[in-house]
Amino acid sequence: MVLLSVQDLTIHYKVSSGWVKAVENASIDLDSGETLGLVGESGSGKTTLAYAITQLLPKNAYVKGGRIFFQGKDLLKISLKEDGTLDIFNEEIRKIRWKEISMIFQAALNAFNPVYTVGDQIVEAIMAHKDIEYEQARKEVEKLYEFIGIPKDRIDNYPHEYSGGMKQRAMIAMALALRPKLVLADEPTTALDVITQDRILLEIQKLQKETGISMILITHDVSVVAEISNKVAVMYAGKIVEKGGTVEVFKHYAHPYTEGLMASFPTIVGEKRRLASIPGSPPDLVNPPKGCRFHPRCPYAKDICMEQEPPMIEISPGHFTACHFAKELYGGK
Amino acid sequence: MAEVILKVENLKKYYELSRGLLSFKKPDVVKAVDGVSFDLHEGEIIGLVGETGCGKTTTGRVVVKLENPTAGSVIFKGQDITKLEGDALREFRRSVQMIFQDPFESLNPRFTIFKTLIEPLIVNGIGETYEERVDLAVKALEEAGLKPGEEYLDRYPHEISGGQRQRVAIARALIINPKFIVADEPVSMLDVSIRAGVLNLMLDLKEKYNLPIIFITHDIAVARYMSDRILVMYLGKVVEEGPTESIIFDPLHPYTRALLSAVPVPDPERKHERIPIKGDIPSPINLPPGCRFASRCVYFQKGVCDVKDPELREIKKGHFVACHFVEKILSGEIKATREEKTKHES
Repeated sequence: MVLLSVQDLTIHYKVSSGWVKAVENASIDLDSGETLGLVGESGSGKTTLAYAITQLLPKNAYVKGGRIFFQGKDLLKISLKEDGTLDIFNEEIRKIRWKEISMIFQAALNAFNPVYTVGDQIVEAIMAHKDIEYEQARKEVEKLYEFIGIPKDRIDNYPHEYSGGMKQRAMIAMALALRPKLVLADEPTTALDVITQDRILLEIQKLQKETGISMILITHDVSVVAEISNKVAVMYAGKIVEKGGTVEVFKHYAHPYTEGLMASFPTIVGEKRRLASIPGSPPDLVNPPKGCRFHPRCPYAKDICMEQEPPMIEISPGHFTACHFAKELYGGK
Repeated sequence: MAEVILKVENLKKYYELSRGLLSFKKPDVVKAVDGVSFDLHEGEIIGLVGETGCGKTTTGRVVVKLENPTAGSVIFKGQDITKLEGDALREFRRSVQMIFQDPFESLNPRFTIFKTLIEPLIVNGIGETYEERVDLAVKALEEAGLKPGEEYLDRYPHEISGGQRQRVAIARALIINPKFIVADEPVSMLDVSIRAGVLNLMLDLKEKYNLPIIFITHDIAVARYMSDRILVMYLGKVVEEGPTESIIFDPLHPYTRALLSAVPVPDPERKHERIPIKGDIPSPINLPPGCRFASRCVYFQKGVCDVKDPELREIKKGHFVACHFVEKILSGEIKATREEKTKHES
């Protein structure tokens, strides 16, 4: 069942030097129980795209086109104002946010209020959305703690008494408190040590198996995507350049940027090989390059790449790539 | 083997936590580095690897004398640098350079690239004339992959990208021809596509000048890519040390094995088997006697591990492990305690 369908979403930010074309014609689909890894570097638009779904965008963000269907409902129809900005205080959206779509923030270390106990903050989140008594909400928190593996006697601790991994776990508990359909996880393990990261990732997988929630994982780390996502979308300079099933895209990528990303990642398995870096740096999105946005850094670029924007083509079933030479690259491996 | 450039012996760095003015108790002690020894050879990259709080950064800072150790020695050119003063210290400072994690913080935002590069030359009295120094600055930039170097001289750090900033930091380190370099997480702030370029640059410079580097990182995959040898640290101690591929493919210490098994790999089809480890890193304040890893080790043996601190022993050629029972664990004679085998707990 299609849970979320983002279609041709375009979001620009208004800045003094013009418009930052942060997301252009991005489309993603997500079924119940699926995890989509949204991969890209800083400034690729992955965070803007994900935050647009909960409609938590800064004031200078303007939706220039597209639709966001969540459980069949067009969210933008509800909250989009005439000037193109979003009404982030819209009542209907507020009901969906956290109850239906929740978030795990990157800076879990700072996401909690230091002067309240962690337990009370989760209780508060539950009571804000559900018509239940404190005692009942508290019982739910206890259940959540058991689920995510923090001892119950830590519920009444303050955030500073938690380790980084525990705070991240508590953040996950808070995101799950209202049994949402979709969780957006923004670099959920980036600030953590390897062993803690591994445990949190295992925890997330277990949760998904048991609850059937869907997830969008925003990350720059392709190995984390390989670990827990069944779908992946690679973003570059505001565009989705490649998407599909994780195994298919990782094994048979057909976009030069995906190829570059894979080749620049060191790993602890297999033979040691020289890493290839992608020359240059990502473009300024106020004046993105004409044609394909990746052409100035692309080793395969030809004249057509400077003139025409490549269309998204289905290179194999369910695997889409936006490159003029995708067929050659796909077959070449 | 190549000549030893730097000899670190039984290095210790303890921090006392103040308990307030009127307390008569003994202050709490954090043993950030507790008896670390290693040799750095000509043309070699050593990877110092470990999680937050393992002491890798403190080790790096003491080795370049940004901090003085509580005990131990760092021998460079026959002298113990921890005791250097005056001219000898100045001479040492010329021989070593550090590259930091965040190139935005490590470069002065009010200095042009030119000023950033020229200052170490003036301070160290390198170059006779202004023109000569400009030449050196341009050469260093081009060495760091910023070509043509002239074009970067008048720019400020905010005008260039993160990767370029880190290259400027590398140029600044190279310009005085150091004898060795300490690089503390030099790529962890950089975007993925930029990272590989900076890592390759450092590898190339090492090849070209036979320049030894102490490479500090939490990222084991990066350490594997960069290092000839890896030292795995845990709570102030080296628990395992050996040639890179030997550590990566044949880790022996229970901690290293758990750590490596937790590293994610960009291959969605890989079967991922975890080596168990208990709990989280304990607080480093007033650690109990015995092995530092005892509280998390699934092979813990009462009466030994909680009494005696294990020494590094050579188990394979050049491969050292600090564990009382490593042979018995590997042979299967000592088995992991059961409950932890099935469940990761927090």
